[in-house]
Amino acid sequence: MIETPLQASRALGADRAGHSEQAAAPVEIDRVSRTFRRGRRPAVQALADVSLRAGAGEIVAVVGPSGCGKSTLLELICGLQRPDTGTVRCAPAALMPQRDLLLPWASALDNAALALRAAGVGRDRSRQLARPWLERFGLAEFERARPAELSGGMRQRVSFLRSLLAGKPVLALDEPFASLDAITRAEMQGWLDHALTAEPRTVVLVTHDVEEAVLLGDRVVVLSGRPGRVVACIEVALARPRRRADPTVVALRERVLSSLGVGG
Amino acid sequence: MSAGARRALVMPARALLRQWRAALLLATLIGIWELYVDLGGADPLILPAPHAVAASMYDDRGLLWSNFLVTAEEVLLGILVAAVTALALATAMHFFVTIRRAVYPLLIASQTIPIPMLAPVLVLWLGFGILPKLIVIALVSFFSIVITTLAGFASVDPELLKLVRTFDMSRRRAFFSIELPTALPGVFTGAKIAVIVAVIGAVFAEQAGSNSGLGYVFTQALPQLLTARAFAAVVILSLFAIALFCALTLAERLTVPWAHSTGTELGETDR
Repeated sequence: MIETPLQASRALGADRAGHSEQAAAPVEIDRVSRTFRRGRRPAVQALADVSLRAGAGEIVAVVGPSGCGKSTLLELICGLQRPDTGTVRCAPAALMPQRDLLLPWASALDNAALALRAAGVGRDRSRQLARPWLERFGLAEFERARPAELSGGMRQRVSFLRSLLAGKPVLALDEPFASLDAITRAEMQGWLDHALTAEPRTVVLVTHDVEEAVLLGDRVVVLSGRPGRVVACIEVALARPRRRADPTVVALRERVLSSLGVGG
Repeated sequence: MSAGARRALVMPARALLRQWRAALLLATLIGIWELYVDLGGADPLILPAPHAVAASMYDDRGLLWSNFLVTAEEVLLGILVAAVTALALATAMHFFVTIRRAVYPLLIASQTIPIPMLAPVLVLWLGFGILPKLIVIALVSFFSIVITTLAGFASVDPELLKLVRTFDMSRRRAFFSIELPTALPGVFTGAKIAVIVAVIGAVFAEQAGSNSGLGYVFTQALPQLLTARAFAAVVILSLFAIALFCALTLAERLTVPWAHSTGTELGETDR
């Protein structure tokens, strides 16, 4: 069987770890706590003693109820916040936000190239670099379209591409498909799986959607309600692409749900 | 782009055609006014009939035109000064909390200064030239631009700024490529308000001390009971303000077309 680039990269990551115990994983979060204090209001503890590790090329899905500190976790990974206690050691990470946050005045191409522009690449050159990616992601005919002219799914693809082109080894995806309708979301999950197979990255995927976590993650980390604590860490050792009707997928989904205290 | 530009040019033309309601209302009001004066409701020396105003506009066209050019220059330069000052101030206030906290009360206070009091002082101080006029016009018109530009900066999604920080975008680049374009529709809104008050400011400034301009014509005409001429000057000022407003609307369409892609018409809100 031919190895996909993703599997190859994962093997490489595992290999590296095997050769040297010191080789750090791209994402290593160790016993991190984070509390927010705002004026006289009572302090809110977002995360309590959370540990999480993602090896090179691994996709770690994080699920949990609302307010379990998932967004805080991603901001820690991206270096937008610092932990109160514990350590965060992460390779440079680019965020992909829940809402697409595309610039309404810029074309799909220029939106996708935003991270290149941020890095100081000139306008023409950044377009030149981003164009083949739009083609690869099936957006070639829409490169001149403004976000208002794109469908929700297309906007999320441009948003993903924009974060991907930041060229960071780690991608922090914050509920990337939460705002899409069920059909588009299912399509986009398949699409993301394919895109990450073609272009492997270390991914921390935060989601509300347990099925999405099982379909896309190599591992599913389950957080409790506020403050977020790790209540389960479930390995998903299944070949890709995964089918949602697959009995193993269904069983894993039930396991995640029961660790969240739902269903059963 | 060319299609967008064409649409931006055609749409205001269509919108103007759609202004028949405004034309109808205006014609009715002028008709009532004409009848009221003609039937002896008011002394024509105090309230000239519309036909007298129209006649004055024709008879005094040379005088009105040359003085209009003076006022137009003052207003345009004054708005330019106001816009530059307002953008610089809003940017400084946006970047530095200290400046914002320090300047905001003064900014509001600046708008409470009675212009009929300030303008003569400026004339005594700076003379009959254009400088005191520019100061008065800029003073009355920069405020709205500062406020709407600040609101524009504040409307930038904080999540977007977080996102581009993960792309290592510099503060400077984030300002020019994200915050400034986001604030641009707000700048136009402020400028549209500014052009209207700028015209009023110009009249006050000219009344305080000048030897030309429509405000001067107005001030000279009234004591001579040339009320039709005074009204003609006011009509021209109104038309000028409307023209400036429309020009800004057009410029806005061309510069920030994304803010209008929902098909909002000139001066109308979404239906």
